[in-house]
Amino acid sequence: MSESLTFHYEVDGDNFTSAGQASVKVKKHLRELGLDAETIRRVSIAMYEGEINMVIHASGGFADVTVDDKCVTIVLTDRGPGIADVEQAMQEGFSTARDNIRSLGFGAGMGLPNMKRYTDSMEINSVVGEGTVITMKVNL
Amino acid sequence: MTVSQIAALDGFEAAVMPQGDREVNGCYIGDLLSWVMGRAQADNVWITIMSNINILAVASLADTACIVLAEGVEADEQILDGARARGINIIRTQLPAYEAAVTLSGLI
Repeated sequence: MSESLTFHYEVDGDNFTSAGQASVKVKKHLRELGLDAETIRRVSIAMYEGEINMVIHASGGFADVTVDDKCVTIVLTDRGPGIADVEQAMQEGFSTARDNIRSLGFGAGMGLPNMKRYTDSMEINSVVGEGTVITMKVNL
Repeated sequence: MTVSQIAALDGFEAAVMPQGDREVNGCYIGDLLSWVMGRAQADNVWITIMSNINILAVASLADTACIVLAEGVEADEQILDGARARGINIIRTQLPAYEAAVTLSGLI
């Protein structure tokens, strides 16, 4: 692969039950590109956690996934409330999700830690009141 | 051991099995979905009592071999249809999660 490929997805913030559709599409595309199973698993889990976060906290957003010969880059952009304390949000178990979200099995405070766990680098740029941009890379 | 062999065990039953020949390599028990995605390994049996539509995305993305719904938990038609469409195996059992895992432990 000499040229990079980019996929753009809209994450629907209103439909919690369909959350994950973008991640499932990415997984399918990466399979078609012939990436190894563990890389695909890491990318799709990290992206799904991000997608769920955007649905829970930010009324949706956008996901851009770029594949080149070195890595898969995932950029998640939302216009949600922003993250006031990124360090606190990165702690396992910290969550601001509502009870109805928790009853679905989410809101365990593992989303951002999982995104970091499954990627080789992760950068969070967040402005309270404006939104959040998260950039993750998984090396090939 | 394959997923269809698990479904054939006493006390286990296939709900949907589009990929019954999938080999399993271990087992993970959990109901918090992010926890499962963080800890379950690819090709694990995933035992849970969570039965909302999001379990399909979790099983698919974490690449588990099958979902085992414990304690007699039922999945609704929307979930079963979604599982068929996405190639996700679902097995049900009346056993609690611990006993289901104990049953599998000597076999996997």
